[in-house]
Amino acid sequence: MDFSFTEEQSMLRDTVAAYLADHYDFDKRRAVVTKEPGWRPEVWKAFAEELGILGAPFSEELGGLGGGPIENMVVMEEFGKALVVEPYLGTVVIGGGFLKHSGHAGAADLIGGIIEGKTLFAFAAAEPKGRYNLAALETTAKKDGAGWTLNGHKAVVVGAPFATHLIVTARTSGGMRDAEGISVFLVEKGAKGVTTRDYPTVDGNRASEVYFENVSLGADALIGTADHGLPLIEKVVDEAIAATCAEACGVLRKLHEGTLEYTKQRKQFGQPISSFQVLQHRMVDMFIQVEQSISMTYMANIKVTDDAERAKAVSAAKVQIGKACKFVGQNAIQLHGGMGMTDEMAIGHYFKRATMIESAFGSVDHHLARYEFLSLGKAA
Amino acid sequence: MNLDFTPEEDAFREEVRTFIKENYPAQLRAAQDEGRTLTKEEYLMWHKVLAKKGWVAPGWPKELGGTGWTPTQKYIWSEETAKADCLPILPFGMSMLAPVIYTFGTDEQKKKFLPDIYNGEVWWCQGYSEPGAGSDLASLKTRAERVKGDDGKEYYIVNGQKTWTTLGQYADWGFFLVRTDPDAKPQSGISFLLIDMKTPGITVRPIITLEGGHEVNDVFLDNVKVPVENRIFHENQGWTCAKALLAHERTGIAGVARSKRNLEKLREISGTERSDTGGALISDAFFRRKVAELEIDLTALEFTELRTLAGESSGKGPGPESSILKIKGTEIQQRLQELALEAVGHYGAPFLRDMAKTNLPIGPDYAEGLAGEMFNGRKTSIYGGSNEIQRNIIAKMVLGL
Repeated sequence: MDFSFTEEQSMLRDTVAAYLADHYDFDKRRAVVTKEPGWRPEVWKAFAEELGILGAPFSEELGGLGGGPIENMVVMEEFGKALVVEPYLGTVVIGGGFLKHSGHAGAADLIGGIIEGKTLFAFAAAEPKGRYNLAALETTAKKDGAGWTLNGHKAVVVGAPFATHLIVTARTSGGMRDAEGISVFLVEKGAKGVTTRDYPTVDGNRASEVYFENVSLGADALIGTADHGLPLIEKVVDEAIAATCAEACGVLRKLHEGTLEYTKQRKQFGQPISSFQVLQHRMVDMFIQVEQSISMTYMANIKVTDDAERAKAVSAAKVQIGKACKFVGQNAIQLHGGMGMTDEMAIGHYFKRATMIESAFGSVDHHLARYEFLSLGKAA
Repeated sequence: MNLDFTPEEDAFREEVRTFIKENYPAQLRAAQDEGRTLTKEEYLMWHKVLAKKGWVAPGWPKELGGTGWTPTQKYIWSEETAKADCLPILPFGMSMLAPVIYTFGTDEQKKKFLPDIYNGEVWWCQGYSEPGAGSDLASLKTRAERVKGDDGKEYYIVNGQKTWTTLGQYADWGFFLVRTDPDAKPQSGISFLLIDMKTPGITVRPIITLEGGHEVNDVFLDNVKVPVENRIFHENQGWTCAKALLAHERTGIAGVARSKRNLEKLREISGTERSDTGGALISDAFFRRKVAELEIDLTALEFTELRTLAGESSGKGPGPESSILKIKGTEIQQRLQELALEAVGHYGAPFLRDMAKTNLPIGPDYAEGLAGEMFNGRKTSIYGGSNEIQRNIIAKMVLGL
C-alpha cells in the first residue's frame, strides 16, 4: 500500500501550481470570466506548449505523458485551487477518455490535436427531461445510409462555447430510458444543423444549449459500438467524476484555509473570532470533511481503472464530496460573516463552484441511489 | 386550547384576500413576475396603497395609525400577503425606526418623521454595522462631536464608515448609531442620530454581493453636519434605542408565511421536474422525504411562533425566546432555497441576469435566479445578529448559562 506520489506526479503538481500562481490569481480570473469570451485561449496554449499537461493521461505512443487518472487528479486539484475555467475536464478527461477507450479509428489524430491544444471537446449528454440519468435520451440518431442523422436538444453543455468538437450521446433504438439503444457520436461544432445558445454559469464557467437539427454524420462519427454505448459512457463519466472530486478537493482546501486565515484576523469582542470554541469546533468539522473528501477522492481515482469496483467507488466518493461541498462551502461563508457575501472576496467564488460541483454529474441523492442499487444488486 | 378561527376572523381573511386581489399594483406584479430589479417607485407602490387603506402599519399603536388588529388578525394578514406574493413592506422606516421614534422621540420628532414613514414618502436606511463592528456592534467607532455652528445652533460633526446598508442607494434619510463619548464603556457612549442622506460629506458606495446583485452599500461620513435636534432620546443613551429596535426587528423574522408559500412553489417545481426514472421528482423517495422533513420543521416553527404571539397578546412581550424564531426561520428559508436549486438539476447553473429572451429558451422560467437566491440567502443566518450570536442570547438569557 502506498499513497505517495511519484516524482513525476509531484513535478506535474509543482509545474501546474507554479504556472497558476503566476498567471491565474483571483483578480485576473475574475476579470476574465466576467467578460467575453470568458476564458483565455493563451492559457490553454500555455497548458499545451509550455506545461505539456494536456497529454497527462495519454500514453507515450500517442504523444502523452503516459499517465492516467492519478495525473488527472493532480492537475484537477490544482485547477480547483485556482478555479480554472479552461476546459481540461471536457477536453482531456472526457473527450480524451472516449477516444482512448473506444478504439475509434481517428483517435490517435484527435488525441494529438488535444495534446497540441488545437482540439477542444465539450460533453453534450444532459437533456432537459433526463435529470442525471445518462440513459434518459430524447436526442436521436437515425441510420442514414452509411451514416446517421442527429436531432435533439442538449442542456447546459459546459465548455461548449470554447469547443471545436462535441461528444454527443443519442438514442439509436429503444425507448427513452432503455439501457440499450444508446450510441455516442463525435460532432464538429461547426457542422451544418448545429445551433448553440451560449451563456455564463453562476460559477464563472460558460455553457450552451445545443440544438441538433438534421445534422448529417458520417459512419466515422460513431464512437464505440452502435446501440451498446452506455457502458462506455458510464466508464468515461466515472472518470470525469473522479477528476471532478479532485477539483473539489482543491476548492474545499481553499474554503477551509481561507476561513482559518480570516477568523484569525477578524476581531470582535476584543479577540480574534477564531478563539471562540463554537467556531473552532465548526472549523474542525470542516477540516474533517475536507480530509474525508481527499481520502475518498484517492480511493475513487485508484479504483476507477478497475471496472468491477469503479462505479460503486466513484458514487461513494461523489456522495462524500457533495456533502462536503455543502457543509464546508456554507460554513466558510457563515464564518466570514458579511465579508463572505461580497463579490470582491474570493471565498464566495469558491462557494459558488463548490455548490455547482455538488450536483455535477449527479447530486448526492443520485449517487446514493446508484450506490444502493449497486450494493443490493439488480433485484433491488 | 384550540386552533379555530372565529366567523369574524374568517370574514377578515376574506376581506384581506379581496382587497389584495383588487388593489395590488399591476405594474409591480409584472415586475415581480419578470424577476427584474425594482425601481424606487415600484418598491413603494404597494406601501402607498396600504397607507391609503390604513393597513400599512399593523405593528404601530392604534392612535398613530396602527390597525388595532389582534395577533390572530396579524397572523392572517401575513399569511394572505405571503400567499399572494405581495412585496414585503420595507422594514427600515416602518418597523425598525418608527417604534424607536414613537417610543423615545419628542412630540416634535414624532410629528416631523412618522407621517412620511407611514405614507412611504421618505425612504430610510440603517447605519449600524461598521467594518470593525458586526456581531460586536457596541464596538462601533463612527464619531460624532458636538460643536456650535456659525448660526449659533448646536450640531454633531460625524465621521466614520457604516457598512451593509441595505438599499441605501435609494435612501432619503438614515438612522445611525454614532459614538458621542469615546471615553465611556462601549455601550454607554453611543447616540442615535437621524441624518438626511443629502447632507454634504455622505458617500454611498455599492457592495456587489456574491450572486452579482447590488443590495447593500458602504456609507462614508466625512465631516457630516447634523443638527442636534435630529438625535433621538438622550445623548450617550442610543444603545437603549438600538436594543429596542432589535426587539422589533424580531417581529416576523421567522418568515413562516413566506416559507409556506415557498414550500408550495417547491412542490410545484418538483411536481414538474422529472426524476432520474422519469416520474415527477416529488415522487422520488429521497427527495420527497427531504420536502416532508422540511415541512414538519416549518410546522414546528409555526406553532412556536404562534405560542410567542399568544404570549404577546397576553401582555408578555417577545422575550429572548424569539431568537429561536430567527435561527429556525432562517435555517428553513435557506433549506428551501437549497432544495429549489436542487430540484431544477442542470438548469440551476445558467447565469441569466443580463440575457435577453430569445426563441431558444434556457431552461424553465421557474429555474431562473434560483442559484442567485440561494447564494444571496446565506446572508440571513449572518445579519440581524448572526445565528451564533442568537444562540449566545438563548444560552445567557433563557438558559442562564
